[in-house]
Amino acid sequence: MVKFYDTEFSSRLLIGTALYPSPAIMQQAIRASGAQLVTVSVRREMAGGKTGDAFWSLIHELGIAVLPNTAGCKSVREAVTTAKLARELFHTPRIKLEVIADDETLQPDVIGLVEAAAILIKDGFEVYPYCTDDLGVAMKLVDAGCRVVMPWAAPIGSARGIVNRSALTLLRQRLPDITLVVDAGLGAPSHAAQALELGYDAVLLNTAVAKAADPVAMANAFRLAVEAGRAGFEAGLMDARDFASPSTPVVGTPFWHAVS
Amino acid sequence: MLVTVNGEQRETRAAHVEALLDELEYASKHLAVAVNYDVIPRARWASAPLKDGDCVEILTPRQGG
Repeated sequence: MVKFYDTEFSSRLLIGTALYPSPAIMQQAIRASGAQLVTVSVRREMAGGKTGDAFWSLIHELGIAVLPNTAGCKSVREAVTTAKLARELFHTPRIKLEVIADDETLQPDVIGLVEAAAILIKDGFEVYPYCTDDLGVAMKLVDAGCRVVMPWAAPIGSARGIVNRSALTLLRQRLPDITLVVDAGLGAPSHAAQALELGYDAVLLNTAVAKAADPVAMANAFRLAVEAGRAGFEAGLMDARDFASPSTPVVGTPFWHAVS
Repeated sequence: MLVTVNGEQRETRAAHVEALLDELEYASKHLAVAVNYDVIPRARWASAPLKDGDCVEILTPRQGG
């Protein structure tokens, strides 16, 4: 089980609801992923439009919990207001907090992020901050009251996998009691398995599944990879070393010492 | 008076949020509204006044990552 604030989930895979070829494939992929928490957003509604109602029905049919985001917000004020609007719409205290510094890389504005997180925590939100892999920033988020921290593996949608393994390892070591989620940049099931093997509690992804040739099959592949990665972590991985160490017994090797 | 609704300037005679939604024929059941960055809960739509120059955001659930 993995704990997000006071709620426990059995699935360690959080999945997004965007970019799928069709609403039906989105639903099938989410079901195949086994995810119990899906990310959603809030956007402007056209006068007379009912796009929001249609999307709401799709999510409601899945019967699983939602994690609204503040995607696209570039200031503390925008992010805080968007979080409050999301709470109105989705009736949940959860918020995936994004404050973006740079449009090209979607690099988080970590200074604004810490400020916004503090405001929202005081207002009763359960904040899931999307951040870089910087330990100092993560510690500031924890100081602000975040019980979940979500560092990136690589830029959003880049599919590059874990770029800075040592930074993510350090976060895990220094924040043993915080629920850590690798969010963004995963492209392959093996990337997700690596994150879980490092001791991360969960991964959050969207593009890698939605943009796969077969999103439903890929969602299933990620589900298996997350389960395998976690099982590997729990089994206790051996330490890496620089030199070879024979696995086959040396004693009794045929012709041992026979060569002069 | 002139208000900005979802980034577009509009002339309106609506005195409050609910009247504005009616005037613009908003039909969606799932809406959230902010006026000048203040979230207006649904229970206050009929009483939250609008004034010239207000900036109104009308939002709805959507796909996200």
